[in-house]
Amino acid sequence: MTTDTLIGQEVTRVEDQALITGRGQYVDDLRLPGLLHLALVRSPYGHAKINRIDVSAAANAPGVVSVFTGADLAEQLGSLPAGWVLIPEQTGGEPMATPDHPPLAIEKVRYVGDAVAAVVASSPAAASDAVALVDVDYEPLPAVTDAEQATMEGAPEIHEGVANNKSFDWTVAAGDYDAAAAEADVVVKERIVNQRLIPNPMEPRGIMADYNAGTEQLTIWTSTQIPHLVRLLFALVTGHPEHKVRVIAPDVGGGFGCKLYLYAEEVIVGIIAKQLEKPVKWIESRTENYVATTHGRDHIADAEICGTSDGIVTGLKVHVYANLGGYLSTFAPAIPTILFGLMLGGCYKFENLSCTVAGVFTNTTPVDAYRGAGRPEATYVVERMMERYAHEIGRDVIGVRRRNFIRPFRRGHDMPIGVTYDSGNYQGALGAALDMFDYQAFRQEQRDARREGKLLGVGFSTYIEICGMAPSAVAGALGAGAGLWESSTVRVHPTGTVTVFTGTSPHGQGHETTLAQITSSRLGIPMENVEVVHGDTERHQFGTGTFGSRSLAVGGEALMMSLDKVIEKAKEIAAHEMGVDAKQVVFENGTFYVEDIQEREIPWGDVALGAYWAKNLPDGLEPGLEAVSFFDPQNFTWPFGTHIAVVEIDEMTGETSLVRYVAIDDVGNVINPMIVDGMVHGGIAQGAGQALQEAAVYSDDGQLLTGSMMDYAVPTAEDMPSFETGRTVTPTIVNSLGAKGAGETGTIAASPAIVNAAVDALKHLGVTHLNMPLSAEKMWRTIQDAKEARRARRSAAARRGN
Amino acid sequence: MTTGTTDPFAYHAPTTVREASQALSRYRGDAKLLAGGHSLIPMMKLRIASPQAIVDLRNVEGLRGITENDDGSITIGAMTTYYELITSDVINSKACAIAEAASEVADTQVRNWGTIGGSLAHADPAGDLPAVAVALGMEINSASARSSRSIASDRFFRGYLETALRPNEVLTGVTVPAQDEGSGCAYVKLANKASHYAIVGVAASVTVDGGGVCTAARIGITGAGPHAVRSRRAERILVGKELTENVIDRAAQRGGAELAGMFNDDVHASAEYREAMTQVYTARAVTRAAACAMG
Repeated sequence: MTTDTLIGQEVTRVEDQALITGRGQYVDDLRLPGLLHLALVRSPYGHAKINRIDVSAAANAPGVVSVFTGADLAEQLGSLPAGWVLIPEQTGGEPMATPDHPPLAIEKVRYVGDAVAAVVASSPAAASDAVALVDVDYEPLPAVTDAEQATMEGAPEIHEGVANNKSFDWTVAAGDYDAAAAEADVVVKERIVNQRLIPNPMEPRGIMADYNAGTEQLTIWTSTQIPHLVRLLFALVTGHPEHKVRVIAPDVGGGFGCKLYLYAEEVIVGIIAKQLEKPVKWIESRTENYVATTHGRDHIADAEICGTSDGIVTGLKVHVYANLGGYLSTFAPAIPTILFGLMLGGCYKFENLSCTVAGVFTNTTPVDAYRGAGRPEATYVVERMMERYAHEIGRDVIGVRRRNFIRPFRRGHDMPIGVTYDSGNYQGALGAALDMFDYQAFRQEQRDARREGKLLGVGFSTYIEICGMAPSAVAGALGAGAGLWESSTVRVHPTGTVTVFTGTSPHGQGHETTLAQITSSRLGIPMENVEVVHGDTERHQFGTGTFGSRSLAVGGEALMMSLDKVIEKAKEIAAHEMGVDAKQVVFENGTFYVEDIQEREIPWGDVALGAYWAKNLPDGLEPGLEAVSFFDPQNFTWPFGTHIAVVEIDEMTGETSLVRYVAIDDVGNVINPMIVDGMVHGGIAQGAGQALQEAAVYSDDGQLLTGSMMDYAVPTAEDMPSFETGRTVTPTIVNSLGAKGAGETGTIAASPAIVNAAVDALKHLGVTHLNMPLSAEKMWRTIQDAKEARRARRSAAARRGN
Repeated sequence: MTTGTTDPFAYHAPTTVREASQALSRYRGDAKLLAGGHSLIPMMKLRIASPQAIVDLRNVEGLRGITENDDGSITIGAMTTYYELITSDVINSKACAIAEAASEVADTQVRNWGTIGGSLAHADPAGDLPAVAVALGMEINSASARSSRSIASDRFFRGYLETALRPNEVLTGVTVPAQDEGSGCAYVKLANKASHYAIVGVAASVTVDGGGVCTAARIGITGAGPHAVRSRRAERILVGKELTENVIDRAAQRGGAELAGMFNDDVHASAEYREAMTQVYTARAVTRAAACAMG
C-alpha cells in the first residue's frame, strides 16, 4: 500500500498481531539474570503516625535479600515533585501548598496504600510473604476522606501547616456573574457531585531497574505514558544524572492517565537497584493498583446558572471542592483548575463566568488525570446545568442549546474566559446527530412507553473539549513545570526504508499504525517500509508523552515537519541529479520528477541511496537523510460534538440501562477512522461506566470499600448498546494535519448525556437532578421518594379542596 | 500488600471419594476440596483462606455428568461445570431454572471451570445455584470414607459460607426430583454490577393442575441474606389458588419474609432495598415459572 490514499483509510493496526498472539513485551515479561523482586509494605490505615518499624523478622525470612524503610533511604529517595504549581495570580496571591511527598513514608501515613517499607527477595513470592513479617507500629489518627469536610473547622490536619487541608483556592472569572444573576429572570442552583473513579488499565503498573556500577548507567523499564518526563523527574528527585538514566516504556497495557506521573515506586525500585547493584523488579498486583495508583474525578461542585425566561443563558458560577488525595500527584493541581475552569464556557455565548476551586488534601489515594481529566467534570457541570435550566423555564433542551450556541467559525473564536477556540460548528454536529436520531418519534415512543409503565428518557451532551496539549508558553504561564511541545526524528535509511522516532508514548492508541500511515502517504512508500519507534529515552532524544489527546495534534505535526525537511533535502539531491533547480522538482507517489520531462524521474529509493553514497551531492550539502523537529503548537485544539443517550429505567427496581447511544464527534481531519471509532467506543463505555455504575467509595476512616473488581463495577460490553457513531469535519488551524485529537471525546460527552436522559425519564415525577452513578438502588429510592412526594402533594391538594 | 502467593500447602489429587474424605480427616478441617477453584483460589490469593492442604477432586471417578433416572429424577455429579449444565438438553427441558441460573454465573471462563458442587458446598450467600437447589427441592448427596447420605436442600444452607456438610464429607452430587406434569421453574436475579453475584436472586418452581390451580410451589432466595433460604410463607399463599397477577403479588409481598431482620446491608445495597427487591423478584420468578408451567 502506498500513496496519499492511506490518509483517511481504515488501515488494520500493525500493533495487534503481536499483542493478541501473546508476543507483546510488558514489564512483567522482561527478565534479567540475577533479577530480584521487590514488594511493598503498605499502610492499612487512612491516617496514622508511624512509631516504629521492625524489619528483623522480614529480613531473616527465606529468600529475603534486604528490607528498606523510608528512614533508610530518605536521602536518596528525595520527595516526589509537584509538576504543576498554580500561579499566585490565580490563587488569591497565596502560594500553592506543596508539602513533601516521600516515596516511602517516614513519620506518617496519609492514605491506605501509602508505602512504608520495601522488601527485596529472590522471588516475588518470597518478597510478598516477607511483607507480612514487617512489623509497623502505627498510631491511628482521625481521618477525613470527603473534600468538603476536610476544609472544615476541626478536621484532622493531614500535612503540617497546610491550613484547612487546602493546597490552593484557585479562581478564574469572566464578565460579572453576580450582576448577571441579579438581572436574570431565572437562577438555578444545584449541587453536582462527580464521583471518584478508579482508572483500571488492563495492565497494572510494573517497574524493573538495572544498574551498571561501572558506567553508573541506570536503566528503568516502567509501564508509563511519559518515559522522558519520568527520566527528567527521576534525575531531579534523586540527583542521579539525567544522562546516566535510561527509561524504557515497553508495551504498555493502557493508562487512561494513571501512568502519567513520576510514581514513588519508580524512585524506590531505581534507587534500590542502584544501592544493591542488582536488577530489581516490582509488579503491581490488581489489589495494590486499586489503592496505590492514582484515582480520578472526585469533585463536589456547587453550580448556578442564570438566564432569561425565554432561553438565553447569561452566566454560570461554579465552586468546586476538588479532592487531591493524601499527596499531590505530578499533575494533580492542573486537572481541576486549568483543564476544568477554562472549559466552563462550553460551546455557548454567555459572557459571565465565575469559577473557584478548592484543592483539598484528604486521607485517600492521590487523585490526578483520568481520561478526560477535568474536562469531563466541566462538561458534566455545563451540560447538566443547561438541561436543568431548560427544564426550569419549560423549554426544550435542543432549542435552548441552539439559542445559546456560538455561531460556526473556522479561524478562531475568543472566549470571555481568555482562551481562543480554534474552529467549531456546534449547530452542524447537533444537526448531524438529530439526523440519526428522530427526536419527535422518540418523544412519542416515550409517552407510549410511560403508559405501559416503562420509563424512557433522552439526554444530550453538546460538548467541547481542550486537546492537543499544549502551547508550552501558555501552559508554562499557568504553572506547568515542563514544556508540552512534541518532537520527532525521521531517519531515512540508504535503502529508502524509514524509521520514525516519536516522543509520544502510545499505550493502546495505535500510533505505530497512524504515524506509519502519515509517513507512508507523505513519502509514497509502503507502510511496511516504515518503523515507528517510541518509549525509549535512549533511542529518541526527548518527548513529552501521550496524554490529553495530543499525540496526533502535536506529535503528528512534529512528524509532518520532519517529513517536510527530509523531502526538501531529497528534492535538492534529486534536482542536482537531474540537473534542474530544486524548485522545479515535484515529489509524488514516491517519485521525483520535473513537470513535462517524463524521462527525468528518480524514485525515492535512489535518492535515499544517493544521500548516503554521497558521490553526487550538491555543493555544500551534508550527506545523510534525517531530520529532527520540535512542534510547539500556538494553541490548544478544541474538538466538539453532540452525543445523545436513551436510557430505560425499570420502575419497580430502579435498574437503569443505556438502550441507545448516538455520537457525532468532530475531531477535525481523521487519519484512521477505525482507530478513531475504537477510541470513541471505548470512551463512551468509560463515560457510561461513570454515569451508571462506577464509584470508588471510602469509609469515613479511609478504607477503600470498593477495592477490587468484585466491588468496583468496571463496565463491560454487556452493559452497552451498539453505539451509532458519525462525524462532522471541521479541521483545526493549529496544525497542518487539521487534526484535533480523539482520545477522550466519548468519556467527556457520555456521562452528562446519560444522566440528562435519566433525569428526562423521571421529569414527570418532579425529579430535577441525579448524582452518579445511577445505581439501581439510588434510582429506586428516587422513584419511591418522588412518588411519595406526589402522593403528599395530591392529598394536600385534596384537603385544600375540602 | 499481598501479591498473589500464599503459605506452602500440601496438594493431593485422590482418585476416589473415600481417599478424598480420608485426606479431609487427616487435616482435621484444615484441608479444602478443590473443584473448579473459582472461589477457593481467589480466596487463597487474597489470603482469606490458607488451608494446610488442597484436595483436588479432578481425578475422582464418577463425579461428573448429568443422568436422567428411570423415575424421572436427574442426578448431577458435583464436578459438572456450569457450561455443561447450560448446554444440557435434559436440564433445559426438565429443570430449566438450573440452566438459567448457571448461565447467569460470572463470565465464560468461570462457567467453563466452575461446578455445581463447588457452588453449593462453598455456599456463597450470593451464589446463584443455591436458590435453584432450594426451589427444585434438590437432594444434596454427600459421602465420607464410611458412609453416604442425602441432605434436603432447604436444610443444607446453614449460615454465611456454612452448610450441613461434616468436615470429612465430600459433596458428590445432587438429585433433582422428578418434576410433576404441569410444572415450571425459573430463576431471575438482580445482579451486582461489579461481581455479577446476586444482590437478590429468586428461583421458583410451581405446579399447576388442569384447572389452572397451583398445587405445589417452592421458592428459593439467594443474595438477600446470610444464606439461601426457602420462602415458605410466600409459597403458602400460592398453593390452592389460580396464579393470577393479584395472587402472585400477594405472595411476593411475603417473599423473603423468613429473612426479616437478616437482610444483608453493604456498599452494594441496603437491607431495605434488598427486602424490596426480594419481593419484586419473587413476583417475577413466580410469574415466569407459572408461564412455563402453563406453557
